[in-house]
Amino acid sequence: MALFRHGVRVADDWTFPAEGEAFPDSGPVALPRARLIAEWTALEARNAPLGVVIASGEKLDGLEAILPRLSLVKLVIPRYADGRLYSIARLLRDRYSFAGEIRASGDVLRDQVALLVRAGVDTFDVAHEGTARAIETGGIVAVTHHYQPASNDAAEAHAAPGARPWLRRTPVPFPLA
Amino acid sequence: MYRYDEFDHAFVNERVAEFSDQVARRLSGELTEDQFKPLRLMNGVYLQLHAYMLRIAIPYGTLSSRQMRRLAHIARTYDRDYGHFTTRQNLQFNWIRLADMPAILKELAEVEMHAIQTSGNCIRNVTADHFAGAAADEVGDPRPYAEILRQWSSIHPEFTYLPRKFKLAVTGAPNDRAAIQVHDIGLELKRNAKGEIGFAVFVGGGQGRTPMVAKRIRDFLPEADLLTYCEAILRVYNLDGRRDNKYKARIKILVHEMGEDEMRQAVEREFAAIGRTALTLPAEEIARIQSYFAPPVLATLPAHSDVLDKAKAADPELARFLRRNLHAHRTPGYGILTVSLKPTGLPPGDATSAQMDVIADIAERYSADEIRVSHEQNLVLPWVCLDDIPAVYAALKRAGLATPNAGLVTDIIACPGLDYCALANARSIPVAQRISERFAALDRQEEIGELKLKISGCINACGHHHVGHIGILGVDRKGEEFYQITLGGSGDETTSIGEIVGRGFSSDEVVDAVETVVETYLKIRTSPAEKFLDAYRRVGEAPFREALYADA
Ligand code: SF4
Repeated sequence: MALFRHGVRVADDWTFPAEGEAFPDSGPVALPRARLIAEWTALEARNAPLGVVIASGEKLDGLEAILPRLSLVKLVIPRYADGRLYSIARLLRDRYSFAGEIRASGDVLRDQVALLVRAGVDTFDVAHEGTARAIETGGIVAVTHHYQPASNDAAEAHAAPGARPWLRRTPVPFPLA
Repeated sequence: MYRYDEFDHAFVNERVAEFSDQVARRLSGELTEDQFKPLRLMNGVYLQLHAYMLRIAIPYGTLSSRQMRRLAHIARTYDRDYGHFTTRQNLQFNWIRLADMPAILKELAEVEMHAIQTSGNCIRNVTADHFAGAAADEVGDPRPYAEILRQWSSIHPEFTYLPRKFKLAVTGAPNDRAAIQVHDIGLELKRNAKGEIGFAVFVGGGQGRTPMVAKRIRDFLPEADLLTYCEAILRVYNLDGRRDNKYKARIKILVHEMGEDEMRQAVEREFAAIGRTALTLPAEEIARIQSYFAPPVLATLPAHSDVLDKAKAADPELARFLRRNLHAHRTPGYGILTVSLKPTGLPPGDATSAQMDVIADIAERYSADEIRVSHEQNLVLPWVCLDDIPAVYAALKRAGLATPNAGLVTDIIACPGLDYCALANARSIPVAQRISERFAALDRQEEIGELKLKISGCINACGHHHVGHIGILGVDRKGEEFYQITLGGSGDETTSIGEIVGRGFSSDEVVDAVETVVETYLKIRTSPAEKFLDAYRRVGEAPFREALYADA
């Protein structure tokens, strides 16, 4: 897996304790949703960044109150065709005003990167070698004219006043969040 | 018609560049067929039994003469000189070389056309009533709304990897010619008690393996909320639609499993939570899009045309053509003409490049430069002055396009079937051809009256057999092509799913079986005014079953 933040390959500063494994006393930690909720009090006392891992098919139920305190939501993509996380990312940004990192992790095709950015994802943890190479070498070619507002609206240009208010523009080359 | 501005051109050109790059990667071997598949499917490229097929989007079935000529040119230059109009108002080319795709897409882009989202698990080409804007019974023109939906759904970042494909249809008239109740979302334009424009919203209709009639989840949705409401429906579906089984992945199954009420509540909750955003349509913007679809300037004429009456009296063939292929127009002195693509014995929905050119010429001269594609795989000239009809008829006739069978038993819908399609169990086109030959006698067809016969080569139901008054479904019986017959289906405002009458028929038997059904109807109908569907609904399947299986 290769991790990219804003298109740059970076080392992962987060710890993802396995099931049954204790979490470290310091440093950023992300846990599966159920465990995060169950152990919230102890986690909160650590005074270090916290995150949640959302498995494919899971939703945000039970996290509503906690979300403002989280710094990372990692969305797991077992298969590129599983499009649920696009809606989850949009809900995080638009419904819950989540301002932390949204990480798409797993089977991401290079042709999906731009869509994910528009849905609110800002880091990529990709299994696919071709995708990693494309991100690294600026090889993400994407359509930059859009017919609908999405969830990185602040980064997109709006249509001129008076013309179709649903139009958006992204700069060329497509910025990777 | 809608016209691209700079933004629209730039969008399509970018998409062509992106797809051309993907094709190049495939041709160089950088992408395997497996890796290429999801990419080509987003752009209407299928791999069929013998070749690649390209499906071109014709939004809500509206074409200009210039666009039709370009399609003819592509057929001549890159295919085998013909194209196939589909039940989604699109056009398919069946014999395209992958290496030619970028050039074809560039040619299409020049005339404001593309193949975006004509396949794949995304929102497909939005369809509408093929008489839109011209029909006498219309509340409003559905095409401006279909265009707004087309734009919103184009490369929608959230809804490009749905559980399954997703189809929307819009009708502007209470007489539903767009089959909205067998779509994932069906929209019926209507006015509320205050006279405001909005939509009745139907969700979860569909055909395929598990046919379902859509549920009406909203009786009146204000037009301003069209996109927000659709976004809410799609989000509920994207999150909760089944992804464990391809055959249970359409929204109809979700609606069925959740139940109509729970679905309605889920959508309404999401709709309320989204609230007012840039998706809320300002009235001026709707009006601006509507202005593209303003009716052409038509003459003020009496409702009656003496010229046409005289021609009709002199030519019984013209009179027959008008009885079937002329439809009521909203403007006095004008008519809507159906150009049948179902001549006796030929594959339904096919047109040669020469025929496409002829239709383009006729439309340019006599139909305000506009042609429609109907989901019944015919073409439509929506703006023909009644006085001009004799000339139009003569021109159509010379091109083999004046078959007077709109709505009759030989106006058959058939999917490509085993002749082209990798999923087929049985051939559809040859069965359609034989039925068409069997019922070729025009007097007999007219005596039988309105009868919608629809054929699918497998349970995916691309030939809409579930909503055929008579439906024919190709099945595989121990390696042999067999055909099941369903009766009583309908795709209009009284939508119903046809019922299987009994065991299937071999390819040799199936045409006789259809004839038996038709003969039975002729015997039991109370009068010639009682149509096949009405008679079937009155008596049920018993007399038909008896006639079909009497010897068994
Ligand atoms: S109904 Fe079946 S055979 Fe016919 S086109 Fe569709 S998938 Fe192919």
